[in-house]
Amino acid sequence: MTTEVSMMHSAESQNLKDGEVSTGTTIIAIPFQGGVVVGADSRTSTGSYVAVRTSDKIACLSDHIYACRSGSAADTQALTDYIRYYLQQLKIETGRPARVKSAAHLLQKLVYQNKDNLSAGMIVAGWDPVEGPAIYSIALGGTCLKVPFAFSGSGSLYITGLLDSEFRENMTKEEARTLVKKALAHAMARDGSSGGIIRTVAITAEGNDRDYTSQLPYGPVSY
Amino acid sequence: MTAGSQMNANNLHEPAAGFDFSNYLRNQNLLQTDGAAPKLKAKKTGTTIVGTVYAGGVVLGADTRATNDTEVAERNCEKIHYIAPNMYCCGAGTAADTENTTALISRQLELLRMDTARPSRLVTAVTLLKRMLFRYQGHVSAALVLGGCDLQGPHIYQIYPHGSTAKLPYTSMGSGSLAAMAVLESSWQENMTEDMAVQLVQRAIGAGIFNDLGSGSNCDICIIKTDGTVDYRRNAVKPNELAPLRAQVQRSGRLNMRPGLTPIIKSEFKPHPVVAAGGETAMEVE
Repeated sequence: MTTEVSMMHSAESQNLKDGEVSTGTTIIAIPFQGGVVVGADSRTSTGSYVAVRTSDKIACLSDHIYACRSGSAADTQALTDYIRYYLQQLKIETGRPARVKSAAHLLQKLVYQNKDNLSAGMIVAGWDPVEGPAIYSIALGGTCLKVPFAFSGSGSLYITGLLDSEFRENMTKEEARTLVKKALAHAMARDGSSGGIIRTVAITAEGNDRDYTSQLPYGPVSY
Repeated sequence: MTAGSQMNANNLHEPAAGFDFSNYLRNQNLLQTDGAAPKLKAKKTGTTIVGTVYAGGVVLGADTRATNDTEVAERNCEKIHYIAPNMYCCGAGTAADTENTTALISRQLELLRMDTARPSRLVTAVTLLKRMLFRYQGHVSAALVLGGCDLQGPHIYQIYPHGSTAKLPYTSMGSGSLAAMAVLESSWQENMTEDMAVQLVQRAIGAGIFNDLGSGSNCDICIIKTDGTVDYRRNAVKPNELAPLRAQVQRSGRLNMRPGLTPIIKSEFKPHPVVAAGGETAMEVE
């Protein structure tokens, strides 16, 4: 079946080479009192084949900073490896854990200076002692924006209205987590490149709480 | 038959004297593609490769067909490559790329084992492979399933030509990966016994062999156990044996000539003379 929608290339896939693995994707970061909840789907695709249906798109950059990856799987894995290494160096050199702002701007530098050869759209989120919870969105060309909440990836455009109407300041951790799962489930229902399970990480000063669920709060079928 | 050649008394073509320009037409043909992919294709392995974790280690499987476009270049090639005593790697994509990439990383790991006096870990091999493949931006066409056991347990990784990796309990790659994955998704369970795992891998590779044109011939299996032993079963399953089919063909008796059929009339032995260069004495070192 060929419809106009399926023949269109998403903004992400236009930049990918033939046979390159894409993280397809919907990624989200929502703040709450004292931390941030980041969430992602788990589908990695090559063309129309799902290469990995349980992938982990939430990469740990340091103790309290995580990055969500979308775009080319190879590019984003290499980028997060670099940033993890730079943040380790920063911690040794300064004697303090790195700030979310530093991680975001280091990533921006790499993406902007290699914009011709990279296809990466990422969200850097976490907690640091200076700013508290912080979320930065780094787009394809290297734009780095500090935002109150972030959503990105091919599935994100289906949930713009949902998030704009349901987001509230100063939620609790569980409210934020519920909203993340709801938004991801709606995106996964409409975007072919997003699917699988929902992974979430709640980042706070005390520690991180990683979880996943295959019970989607919204969807055509529940197993 | 080249232009300008002539038939001799035995009806064989002798090349004409002077320059041979017969490749000119071929080169013109190649240049006509105007910067698109060249018409000369590297030998690809077509391929179905599979890896799975089980209760006591990992099982890797591969078919044995190597193709040049639609022609079968090798009927029984080896696609499960040695990386370390506790690690093997199946390779799909361009045969030269998979063989040379796995050999390179295997040697780097051996040097590292000498430096650190420890067995290699899978994360090390995966990192070395992904750094190299990312550097080449996908031009090294090697899609790999790496499996083995280290101090952290049994692991399976899949590595794509552009440099992305994934750690999984079971996976398949290559042109026959969809057929193999169908078998894996329907029958895989956690904590299988060795027999169950081997049966599953053989069925998955069989699905690739019979349903994918780029895969065929036999199935190789490699079992790497957590205690460090390796069971490499070359041609574990041979569902496409040619010998019985060939035996049914009636061939002329003249094709099987026993030694001694040709009579020796005269035999002469001349030892090859050893002459020093320029007739001088050998060089002497003070």
